[in-house]
Amino acid sequence: MKTNATDLAAGAAELARAEARMKARRKTRERHARLLKHVFLIALSVIMLYPLLWMFASSLKPEAEIFSGLSLWPAKPQWSNYTEGWFGLPVSFTQFYWNSTIVTVLSVIGNLISCSFAAYAFARLQFNGKTLLFGLMMMTLMIPYHVVLIPQYVLFLKMGWVDTYLPLVVPRFLAADGFFIFLMMQFFRQIPRELDEAAMIDGCSPFKIYWAVILPLSLPAMATAAIFSMIWVWEDFLAPLIYLNDIDSYTVPLALRLFLDQEGQSNYGQMFAMSVLSLVPVLIFFVLFQKLIIRGIATSGMK
Amino acid sequence: MRRFFRRNAAGYLFLTPWLVGFFLLALGPILASLYLGFTRYDMVSDPRWVGLDNYRYMFERDRRFWKALEVTFTYVALAVPLRLAMALAVAMLLDKGLRSIGMYRAIFYLPSILGASIAIAILWRAMFGIDGVVNQFLALFGIQGIGWITTPSTSIYTMVVLAMWQFGSPMLIFLAGLRSIPRDLYEAAEIDGTSRPRQFFRITLPLLAPVVFFNLVLQIIEAFKTFSSAFIISNGTGAPADSLLFYTVYLFNEAFRFFRMGYASALAWVLLVIIAVITAIAFATSKYWVHYENERD
Repeated sequence: MKTNATDLAAGAAELARAEARMKARRKTRERHARLLKHVFLIALSVIMLYPLLWMFASSLKPEAEIFSGLSLWPAKPQWSNYTEGWFGLPVSFTQFYWNSTIVTVLSVIGNLISCSFAAYAFARLQFNGKTLLFGLMMMTLMIPYHVVLIPQYVLFLKMGWVDTYLPLVVPRFLAADGFFIFLMMQFFRQIPRELDEAAMIDGCSPFKIYWAVILPLSLPAMATAAIFSMIWVWEDFLAPLIYLNDIDSYTVPLALRLFLDQEGQSNYGQMFAMSVLSLVPVLIFFVLFQKLIIRGIATSGMK
Repeated sequence: MRRFFRRNAAGYLFLTPWLVGFFLLALGPILASLYLGFTRYDMVSDPRWVGLDNYRYMFERDRRFWKALEVTFTYVALAVPLRLAMALAVAMLLDKGLRSIGMYRAIFYLPSILGASIAIAILWRAMFGIDGVVNQFLALFGIQGIGWITTPSTSIYTMVVLAMWQFGSPMLIFLAGLRSIPRDLYEAAEIDGTSRPRQFFRITLPLLAPVVFFNLVLQIIEAFKTFSSAFIISNGTGAPADSLLFYTVYLFNEAFRFFRMGYASALAWVLLVIIAVITAIAFATSKYWVHYENERD
């Protein structure tokens, strides 16, 4: 009887020890796995960032050095690539940045106004034909720009708008970027309806509700839409390519392409310098508003 | 009548900008390009009706049309699955309670937000050139590289690599999806001794299926729309030897280099039909997509 009890106790102790050993082993295994994960993720980060770092390094190198090694460290930084690149085309980049800024600012304003109007109507107001129109709006999201490009071009040409910024800006005041309607709707829907109803009982008009209830409560949504639209308009290439023929009116992406056209006498250092500068506004926005951007994609599930 | 008006007025007032845009910039142009597709139109003289000539020429004789389809479908078939696989793999690595996830997430997403810019397309051309950095890297292993972009048989892969580099946005969507899978499912599986690969195929994948599907449809449509990078990398023409003749690049050239607006409109309509078929599949299964996740952050 007694031996049995001690056996049992010894067995239990043995079991506990084994369990502890297993736990410890599991812990080290988990630690190893985590370490391995980090090593892999860091390696991947390096691969992901390398092209960008290489472009920045190349923007500070003379051409011979760009194409002769992997080094990310210029032997002698050529900051002159930046100053010479800035004035390296028949028109200076001051003009191109000014042009891009005008187009971008106007487009962002247009998107915010027109898309929030439409989003408010779809998310909050009742009217006949809403389901049908909403379906049509969702369908336009899928339509490639190329499909509407030619008739739009003919239309704007007949109106005498080619070689102005109107074809780039006016569509944004007409909610042509349906993605933002969708994005804003997702946010508007999360605002409690009781607020609208209370305001309505107080005699607020739909516009007052939009202005005093919905908009102030969806500032993050507005900011997200503004950031995305700023980035996309800034990077936009196809529309400026078609509508702008005069080099004085070129936006930054069109100007960058001019470097490529100067084949033979192309200067890679300068081209990279200007390429890097063209990404700077986007990078600044990304760093400042990373959280909003990432949440915007997760909630709208697009792009 | 009065009541009908009052009930609808606010809605339609707020919709006015969008409605004008919809008729003038979407529906109108789509119908107009349907019409133009049956004409010959050079923008100088009026469109001339030619019936089905454009479509007949396109399907029966236009080698470049078929080449453009081949290039585009090859690209879609390679770039989309690779990008999604990459996105899912990285999302799963990031999902499970890792510290500094925010930093990795930002780094992996960064290329997606820069990728559409002309600067990156210019960078890609230089990187994959004959003495570009890719070949410098290969030289370390004694491999003699080629001009990846100037060689017709490899040029498309530089575009595929560019697409893979931008796996960030599907990754973010996958991350949101992964977070909605209840943790206790994995704990239960762990207790039952289910292996990790089995957990992936039995828990993760089925529960993530709607998100995978959603991403797939979206990315396919995005891939069909690829233009700027292909345009820059192929010198605006689909070179070398039409190996980068993306459908959109071909359409652009027909319209704005050769001013064959009628034919280009027919091309646009074929593209619309292709996308519409894909969208129809998406809508048929739309009951899966719409779920709103409040991301924990």
